[in-house]
Formats: sequence, C-alpha cells, structure tokens
Amino acid sequence: MGKTYIDMDVRYTKEGSLIPKELIWQDDRSFTIAKILDVRQAASLKAGGEGIRYTCIVAGKKVQLFFENTRWFIET
Amino acid sequence: MRSILHCDLNNFFASVECLYRPDLKDKPVAVGGSTKSRHGIILAKNMPAKTKGVKTGEALWQAKQKCPGLIVLPPHMEQYVHFSTLARDIYLRYATRLESFGIDECWLDITAKADTLSKAAEIADEIRLTVKEELGITISIGVSFNKIFAKLGSDMKKPDAITLITKENYRDIVWPLPADDMLYVGKATKRKLNNLNIFTIGDIANAPVELLKDVLGKWGQVVHTYALGQDTSPVALFDELSDTKSVGNSVTTPRDLTSKDDIKQVFYVLCESVAYRLRKHGLKGNVLQIHIRSNNLDIMERQCTLSNYSSTSASMIDACMELFNNNYSLKVPVRSLGMRITGLIPEHEDFTQLSMFDTTGEKDYKNDILERKIDDIRGRFGHHIIHRAIELRDTELQHSPIDKKITHSLPSPRNKK
Repeated sequence: MGKTYIDMDVRYTKEGSLIPKELIWQDDRSFTIAKILDVRQAASLKAGGEGIRYTCIVAGKKVQLFFENTRWFIET
Repeated sequence: MRSILHCDLNNFFASVECLYRPDLKDKPVAVGGSTKSRHGIILAKNMPAKTKGVKTGEALWQAKQKCPGLIVLPPHMEQYVHFSTLARDIYLRYATRLESFGIDECWLDITAKADTLSKAAEIADEIRLTVKEELGITISIGVSFNKIFAKLGSDMKKPDAITLITKENYRDIVWPLPADDMLYVGKATKRKLNNLNIFTIGDIANAPVELLKDVLGKWGQVVHTYALGQDTSPVALFDELSDTKSVGNSVTTPRDLTSKDDIKQVFYVLCESVAYRLRKHGLKGNVLQIHIRSNNLDIMERQCTLSNYSSTSASMIDACMELFNNNYSLKVPVRSLGMRITGLIPEHEDFTQLSMFDTTGEKDYKNDILERKIDDIRGRFGHHIIHRAIELRDTELQHSPIDKKITHSLPSPRNKK
C-alpha cells in the first residue's frame, strides 16, 4: 500500500466548504467525482498520514480521498 | 462525585512518526535529537523498541547497544503540536474543563456529561476509538473521581486502554503501587519516605499525617490527601489555559561552555528570544530564573526579582550574569543553559513609577523602544538581519531558539481582574 498525491479540481462554496469535483490521475486521465458519501477527519493507516477524508464514488467504485493540509492523496 | 479523565497519547512522538511511515510500524523506532549538536537522546520510542528495553531520555548509543536495529528518526515538533491540537479538539467535544499536562497529556472533567464513573468509562472508550480513527494513534485513559487517580490509571494499562479507578476499588488497585508512581512523589521524596519504611501508596495513606508533615513539610499533608483519594483540585477551565505562567528558553550548546564570555553570549541569545516572545504576546515579568546544567549533568536553578516589570533583553542579561557569577564558578564546564521570566502581567497593566535616583526604569524604557524597533526590522527582513556584536564571537553558539522554531506559541494573555 502506498500514498499517491494527485491533482484535484475542487469547488469552494460560498459557505466555505471544499467539494472535490474531478480527480486527475498521474497519466492526465481525469475522473469525475460522481458522489460524496462521507466527509470526516480521519487517519490513513495504509498510506500513512491524516486529513479530511472524502469517501466518494469514482468510476463506479468507492474511493477514499484525503485532503492533507494543502494537498490531496489517495491510498494506492 | 466528579468524573475525571486523564488522557495520555501513547509513545506520542514515535506514534506520529510511524503513522507517516507505515513501513516502520513493526520495526523498533525511536525519535531522537541530533548527536552532532549533542541533543542525542531518545525523546520517544514505539512499542517494539520499548520491549527491547529502550528508554526515553537515554543516549542514542546506549539505546543502539540494547537494540541494534533501532531506527532513529529526527523530531518534527510542528507535526506533534498539530496532532496535539487535533486531540484537544476531540476532547472538547466531551469536556469544557480541559487542562494540558505537557504536549501529550490532558485532564478532562466530564461530570456534566457523565454523572457516574461507569458512564465516564463509556465516554472514555468513545474518545479512545475516535482518536484512533481520526488521528491514527492510540491513547490510554484513566477514569476516576480525582485528577491524581485518573493520572495513575492512564499509566497502568498501555497502549490503547481504559483503566477505571472507583471509590470501591482504589484500595485494591492504587494502594499496592510504589509510592513514586504517584504524581509529585519524585526521587527525593521517595528516598525520605523509604527511610520511614513507606514504600507503597497504601503505606502513605496509612501513615500518620503528622509523621509525613515532619519529614516532608506541608507536602506531607498534600501527599497524604492524594493517597487517600481526597484530591479536590479542579481541572482548569479551557479558557484558563491562556493564563501564561512563564516564558522561557533553554539550549544544549554544540560544545561545552568554559568561559564567562561563552556564558554571556548564550544568555544573550536566550534573553533576546524570551524578550521578543514577551513583547509579541504583550507581557512583562519581574521574576527571572536561570537554569545551569554542568557537563557532569548536575542541575542548578537560581532566581531573582527584577527591580521593574520588564520585557527587554538588556535588563535580563545583567540579571542573568549576576545570578550566574554569584552561584557558579565554572570549574566544571556548562553543557546547557536556560532562562525564563515569570511573575507575568499584561504590559498595559505595568505602571512603573520612575525613580529620581535610580535610572534603571528609565534605561529600561529606552531599551524597550529600541528593542521594539529591532523587532520591526526583524519582522520585515528576517531574524538574521540584525545581531548583537557579541553573537559573532562564536557562530557555533549563535543559533537562536526562534530560528529553529523550537519555541512554543503562547496563547493570548487572559485579562486578569
């Protein structure tokens, strides 16, 4: 299990929330975040680290994205 | 009856490091300072290192002898402060009274949410699971009806555990423990107690209080009260944490200090850092303490009262040197120096009457203006842009605690009534 930092297109709402919209993979392929199921502070024991964890549906699969300080990572 | 929790983040520094390095989780890992700058001691270790006998505070070479494969990582203080803040945010979901005891320990008063200790234990378990889930590190929690027993409880089962000490079971759980397991019973007190044939906390509780007072002074009464579970000291209100008691810095220098010029140079660096932080937080103080550790590791602390409340390094350095010269001969070189200012007041409450005959207050007033100008310059161009000439005599001793960001940020001063 590793930790892969990724580019992310996000929307800042007028209430100040941060919503991830599109994930850009290392080979420049982009994937739309279809649905956000859960948002909470959490640790990633697999990748190593902690941050705001977004549990999302991407390309029909459940994926956990972490917002760590100023960067996004995904457990790989 | 009160419901008090004592939360202790297990192997805190090592746990945070291992969280970011999952590959090291099952290997013996310690966090240690740099050997080159003579900070080479174990600051924290994980469980595999602990089982091999590695102890906090011992030299890295000793630890590596006991545990040859020991992986030593450098400390990341900002990261630990971040995790400590996150843990406190979790505690505050349950408690309004929260008192820190170091970066990794906290007392919580949750009486408002749990009127019985069994309910308190349920909440403690919820906190334990939340910390594990949100921060990825483990915590030990002691649950009891006073702070002393709660602290004892958190030390009993580690890691990732809850210990409940009630009015019914404390005689069985607490009393058989060695006397020095109890908070405020250190080496010296233990030795005095052992001379009286007192070895356990139960022995303290059953000893005549007059006897304890004869040997320990007023602390005899206090320790006796603690052993009986009658400690009534409250957990501080969260806001009270901002009531800063002292501002200080200490440094272990890269080489031993052998001359008064060395000592003066290091005190200048420390005084500048402390004075800068006092001004930054709008505080002044009038009690100055110095801390000297010789290279055979003997420790000496001395203090004096300044003639005025001050936040200037110029007034502090003279007091530091006078205290040092009156108390230390430099026959044994110095390994580490520290200084701190206590007796703090908000600077707007300092109404110093300048004397017609003594110019100390007037000089301090002028120095204050000068040092605030220097703060301005450093604020604009960086700390290194301006230095005292004495700091150039040995650049090895020049490093300010501010450069290394090893100062702890202070909360804003509470308005005293």
